[in-house]
Amino acid sequence: MGLVMADDAKGRNVLAAILYRGRWWLVTGALLVAFTLWTAEFHQAQTTAILASTLRHSTPLVLGALCGMLGERSGVINIGIEGQMLMSAWAGFMVASATGDLLTGVVAGVAVGMLMGAVLAGISVGLRGDQIIAGTVLNIAAIGITSFFFTQGRTLPSGKIQPIRLGPLADLPVAGRVLFSNKPITYLTLLLVPVVWFGLFRTTWGLRTRAVGEHPSAAETVGISVVGMRYLNLILGGGIAGLAGAYLSLEAVGSFERGMTNGKGFVALAVMIFGRWNPVGAWGAALLFGYASAVQTQFQFRDWLTSDPQFVGMIPFVVTIVVLAGFVGRARPPASIGQPYSRE
Amino acid sequence: MNIRSALVPVLAVALAIAVGALIIALSGSSPVDAYRALIEGSLSDPKSIGRTLEKATPLVMGGLAVAFAFKAGLFNIGGQGQLVVGAIIAGAVGYGISDLPWIIHAPLALLVGALAGAAWGAIPGVLKATRGAHEVITTIMLNFVALNLTDWLASKVWREPGVIVRTPRIEPSAEIPRWGEIPTGFFLAVVAALACWYLLRGTTFGFEIQSVGLNADAARYAGISVRRIFVTTMAISGMLAGLGGAIETNGIVGRYEPGFNAGLGFEGITIALLARTHPLGVIPAAILIGAMQAGGSMMQFKADVQPEITKIIQALILVFVATPIIVRWLLSKREADELSVSSTWGS
Amino acid sequence: MIQVSAATPALEAIGIHKRFGRVVANDDVNLRVEKGRIHALLGENGAGKSTLVNILFGLYRADRGEVRVAGEVVELNRPRDAIDRGIGMVHQHFQLVPVLTVAENVVLGDEPSHSHTVLNVGAAKRAVQELGERYGLEVDPEAVVEDLPVGTQQRVEILRSLYRRADVLILDEPTAVLTPQETDQLLEVLRGLADQGVAIVFITHKLREVLAIADEVTVMRDGQVVGSTTPGETDEAGLAEMMVGRSVVLRVSKAPASPAATVLRVNDLCVDDDRGLRAVDELSLEVRAGEILGVAGVEGNGQRELVEAVTGLRSVVSGIVEMDGHNITGLSPRQISELGMAHIPENREKHGLVGAHSVADNLVLNQYYRAPFARRGFRQMDTVTEYSRSLVAAYDIRTPDVSTPARALSGGNKQKTIAAREFSHGARLLVAAQPTRGIDVGSIEFVHQQLIDQRDRGLAVLLISAELDEILSLSDRIGVIYRGRLVVVTDASDLDRIRIGRIMTTGSHDTPAT
Repeated sequence: MGLVMADDAKGRNVLAAILYRGRWWLVTGALLVAFTLWTAEFHQAQTTAILASTLRHSTPLVLGALCGMLGERSGVINIGIEGQMLMSAWAGFMVASATGDLLTGVVAGVAVGMLMGAVLAGISVGLRGDQIIAGTVLNIAAIGITSFFFTQGRTLPSGKIQPIRLGPLADLPVAGRVLFSNKPITYLTLLLVPVVWFGLFRTTWGLRTRAVGEHPSAAETVGISVVGMRYLNLILGGGIAGLAGAYLSLEAVGSFERGMTNGKGFVALAVMIFGRWNPVGAWGAALLFGYASAVQTQFQFRDWLTSDPQFVGMIPFVVTIVVLAGFVGRARPPASIGQPYSRE
Repeated sequence: MNIRSALVPVLAVALAIAVGALIIALSGSSPVDAYRALIEGSLSDPKSIGRTLEKATPLVMGGLAVAFAFKAGLFNIGGQGQLVVGAIIAGAVGYGISDLPWIIHAPLALLVGALAGAAWGAIPGVLKATRGAHEVITTIMLNFVALNLTDWLASKVWREPGVIVRTPRIEPSAEIPRWGEIPTGFFLAVVAALACWYLLRGTTFGFEIQSVGLNADAARYAGISVRRIFVTTMAISGMLAGLGGAIETNGIVGRYEPGFNAGLGFEGITIALLARTHPLGVIPAAILIGAMQAGGSMMQFKADVQPEITKIIQALILVFVATPIIVRWLLSKREADELSVSSTWGS
Repeated sequence: MIQVSAATPALEAIGIHKRFGRVVANDDVNLRVEKGRIHALLGENGAGKSTLVNILFGLYRADRGEVRVAGEVVELNRPRDAIDRGIGMVHQHFQLVPVLTVAENVVLGDEPSHSHTVLNVGAAKRAVQELGERYGLEVDPEAVVEDLPVGTQQRVEILRSLYRRADVLILDEPTAVLTPQETDQLLEVLRGLADQGVAIVFITHKLREVLAIADEVTVMRDGQVVGSTTPGETDEAGLAEMMVGRSVVLRVSKAPASPAATVLRVNDLCVDDDRGLRAVDELSLEVRAGEILGVAGVEGNGQRELVEAVTGLRSVVSGIVEMDGHNITGLSPRQISELGMAHIPENREKHGLVGAHSVADNLVLNQYYRAPFARRGFRQMDTVTEYSRSLVAAYDIRTPDVSTPARALSGGNKQKTIAAREFSHGARLLVAAQPTRGIDVGSIEFVHQQLIDQRDRGLAVLLISAELDEILSLSDRIGVIYRGRLVVVTDASDLDRIRIGRIMTTGSHDTPAT
């Protein structure tokens, strides 16, 4: 499949190319839709609930995957997505509850994510420390700081972010609820996917990023600053992870709990790998993983394993492992990841 | 390990303590009072020293687990999962079998717990060896799976009747006694550290592990089976963590309770890096962190400082130890032993 | 563009001084390159040529000295500065991004775009096509670089400099990866460029090329310029003497071989490469005890996969490898090593040594687990130390101590360490892949002599090398590998450079009618 999208497919063959390359996605998607309908016993309300839930669960995963992707495409492993999300969730919540303004909270979350991205860049690119250790540092710091500075009992004065209904489209059956009455960050995420895709494959920034990630010395030779590109991408990616954190505390849950990210940052890495470092692929993978989380609802509908909820809770993590074991060996990451870059 | 490279962690700790003092001051309390209380709660009398060593014991095992895996170039973050698996299995053996003499029961519980941890650690090892799945993600995922699994076991299968979710108390014949205030488990941990050290230095197996960690390609060309090393190293690493959990359950707590020693995976990393992945260095590192944990409640009580500040100091220690260039600038020392676990990502 | 008079050199380096730690890489070096001339920079590995041109290209900064372009003093802090000044470089290890297309690689960093963000792919492709036609360097702009043969990749490197309107083109060991015919083509292209006014700096250690193409030669040794001359005024021996500082044996003397029984037999071997493509295609060969079979061929024709299959590091699709009559196909590297095979790998840093281990540990890397170096899993370090000391003495390995980490050694001494290890465990077959790549002339002589000695002692030697001189000098029989097949195997006396070169390029050994 390669890392470069189908920009060589001419006009009329694009549909054929997509259908061919995406055949496994289509099959899987069809199977899952069938499974959903069956478990929901074809009730519209329940089917809608599951699909909406899938989209909700997939949002932080897509964002996390995009964050990881920007870093890895330029050659830096970011294991700290979990920490970035957690800190941003906390920061966003604290700011929003202190100022009473949700938007300020979101901005704070994004800013914190960018800051942490800068720290990661500073350690792994500027100081050439091991990238995985640097990311782990972010995670530990996040856990420590969010626990230390958290005071119980804060709330959001105006509650969490509310959905925005897109006019008459929101009244459509199923699709209306699932696609057209979502909350802002969810919409933003859907927008970000094609934007990042375009950026990576159609702009100078994207070309240079990919060059830096595959062969940094070649990029440096033609005057591109490897260090600069990596800092830029880690900070941008950090902002995206910050958005994910803000989503969790301000849009999804409406409060902050210790450790609320619960491994999503790592699942996002599996999503990124499964999606082959491609935004559209990651989106598809995130939907799949989101479905794996949403499936709890379906089990409830059918009264499966209700007395042993722990097994259902395990599902996303087991799926992650299976995906990794099945796919990472065959997917090729950008060639220079993991190696610190030095000019002389 | 020569004097100069031992200086690095010392400097890192000193720096972290200084920054920690700053943070404490910024949050409105007195750093001097806080640190004094910390020391009082951890090192001032046999009882507090006993508490420190109690905390240090699982830290030694966790640190050993991470350090050992590091030697093969593997990053085992699954210490927590491997530990709880070992803990609950040891607890189950401890309460589930009766009428066994102590001389058999206690070691048996530890052994089975260690083997359970080994199995849990072997899974990511096999996945890496056969499918190239990077252990950072698989071990973390398995942590979550282990937590769910042990949760289920403690609430359903091996549940003590009653409201609280936990396993029944272990039989006295499975207990690991204390020696005065000092838990015997600590000595077991020291023995484990010595065993690891000798294994790595003096055996062909240890040589193979280190060769793989330093240059897996050359090791392969030299005839070493890199895959076999990945699996066995992760198994041993898991075994060390599992043994740590077993010692904690059967030596200190007396049963398995969910919520058990949360976060140990990351603490193990801090200790392993503080010890520069040297098995013997793990011991003083664990005592240090253990002291911080033991003194935490005294610090809260006497100086009104949240014990989580110790987590921040730990994070700072980690930053200062793990970043080679800061360190190099601090000491103007040569490039020598940089830690690297990123080279096998996606391979 | 500044009008340059005939007297002003296109590029000049004056008094360049550069030190790395304790090593002085460039010591008061001067270089003068005229417009439209091909200037060869000659020296052996470690002489300082690469350092000098890296300074000229802005990759390093000189400690002292100045660089002038067209008479003007310039500050070259990064490659961008050099590029902006019209200096282009074709690197020894191509600086191309493998997964990107030719067009993307050529325009990278100076991309044609709409409002500086969106790429203008069409313009990039057109630029590549135009440049290709103008300079005789046609390449398909949409081809992905990693799929291209090495010679074509080099064209892309050159195009990249031409796209940025280079007045000076520096080539670092460009012919290292080319067949003789491709080399000729390259030299033609360079001549054409020179005729169009480009000044060319051509780094090499190959004496023959210097005499064939250069207008001027500067010879460097140990960081200093030893002299400048022209091909008309000197010959190979003269250049070699300038390069090394003493008269050099260009061809090692050897007695004729007296081969005995067949040790290695490879039959119809088929091996795939990492991407699943057939790399070795029904290849058969035989090596007898007491002879050296040299396999010549440009890199990328299956040599690596052949060596890995024979030594057990790569699985075989079909075919048989036999040693002393035993079928060793599919055995593990350790088993094969124990049965009597020694292997000098082509990439000594990556595959031959564990850099962080001591020299002693590296010397027993193939035997650490056996008596007397280990008993029942416990290592006997005293024995290891003693053994390694004796090897260090016997092979003249320059190291402060056997406990020094191997990565501290020079390239030549690293290779000697590997040789010492491989020659000392009683092997009957030696597989040596590119054994003298990147090491100094003195160590090359040593390694060549060792190979001959081992052959005389009855070892069977399979030598794989891209250096034709090495093959011709050492081999008793020569084979040429082309696209995974062994095209011809015959006595060394039957072949000469030209014939081998033709086979390496075309894959056929029929002499065309003249």
